[in-house]
Amino acid sequence: MIGALLWRDMRLATRAGGSSALALAFFAAVVTLVPLGIGTDLRLLARVAAGVLWVAAVLAALLSLDRLFQADFDDGSLDLLALSPLSLETIGAVKIVAHWLTTGLPLTLLSPLLGVMFGLSGSEIEKMALSLFIGTPSVSALGAIGAALTLAIRRGGLILPLLVLPLLAPAVIFGAAAVEPAPDGMSASALLFLSAFSIAATLLSPFAAAAAVRLNLAG
Amino acid sequence: MAPPTLTLLSVENLACIRGGRLLFRDLSFSVSQGEVLSIEGPNGVGKTSLLRMIAGFLPTAAGSIVLHAQRPISEPEERGKQIGWLGHQDGAKPQLTAAEVLNFFASLHGLACDVTRFLALAGLERCAELPCQYLSAGQRRRLALARLAMTGRPLWLLDEPLAALDSSGKAFATGLITSHCASGGIVLAATHEPLDIPSQRLALGAT
Repeated sequence: MIGALLWRDMRLATRAGGSSALALAFFAAVVTLVPLGIGTDLRLLARVAAGVLWVAAVLAALLSLDRLFQADFDDGSLDLLALSPLSLETIGAVKIVAHWLTTGLPLTLLSPLLGVMFGLSGSEIEKMALSLFIGTPSVSALGAIGAALTLAIRRGGLILPLLVLPLLAPAVIFGAAAVEPAPDGMSASALLFLSAFSIAATLLSPFAAAAAVRLNLAG
Repeated sequence: MAPPTLTLLSVENLACIRGGRLLFRDLSFSVSQGEVLSIEGPNGVGKTSLLRMIAGFLPTAAGSIVLHAQRPISEPEERGKQIGWLGHQDGAKPQLTAAEVLNFFASLHGLACDVTRFLALAGLERCAELPCQYLSAGQRRRLALARLAMTGRPLWLLDEPLAALDSSGKAFATGLITSHCASGGIVLAATHEPLDIPSQRLALGAT
């Protein structure tokens, strides 16, 4: 039952017109644009790389999130999912996992390539990919709360980032800090903070998202 | 797993408030196993709201909704698991084919059944591999009815079940309702077109 929903959501995201490829293209486009604006100073680029990649990843993931529940709401599937044998909490969790597998994970896999463009060293690229791997689940999870809250709103795609971006500040701070060369073990502790944040967000979000969906089904 | 047999749906003193406006109050009725209740009334009188309340989507402003099986079920989430839902929208994903939609709902409900049989029942065998965005409104309705029959829930809540259907589609819908009742199910249908089935009638907004 859970597998059916996971498989369906992943298929919808990766089919033509799905959110996965668009999010990847958006991520690559934004990250590519930054060096054009900043110039060719490789040391400067390497310094800002982590922040730029993280911000671009968060925006790309959020842009693809606004339809997470809304598409199902619009065509009546959400009513049917709510009456299915799965609880709304489970449905929220499955949708978060499906979103991460089709957005967060591909973004992580693409990041080394973009890291090279910014002149990051091999070890920095490794840390970059690791921090995205650990941190992007929190983006999918907290974004799902926003998506569930705004599912009945037309143009909710613009409100969603406003709601969710402040919540994602810790992920961006620790995620980018994990990449910066710090001699005193700062980057290791940043990675631990990022892990804690990501785990907490992923575990708690399905409940918040389910509550928001219930509210909107009653609306 | 066979669904539990429901013997009775009983609604007592139900009230509905939408957008700060009282739609109906003191609504009481009961439907027993094998019966059809058609809910009638002008637009905006609360037919859909009543169905959404019974499904557990809308909170009740007052009153109670109880399903009687081996034991009474009154908690909304638990009630929802007994309900087969046919709403305004058909729940057909534009990007998925008709067969994929049915297959998804079959595995979502943990059913191992032959979806081609239900597609054939609905007269959709030639559209099985067509993405739902290319189906007409009537074909999507047939697909939703096939999904409803397939999932095998005991209490059916139907919102305008005959909307967009042609005459053979209407025959398909009434056939499904009749056989569902014959096998001990309960059907509530909000409808403007009279169902061609012996049914109880509930007129909302007539008071």
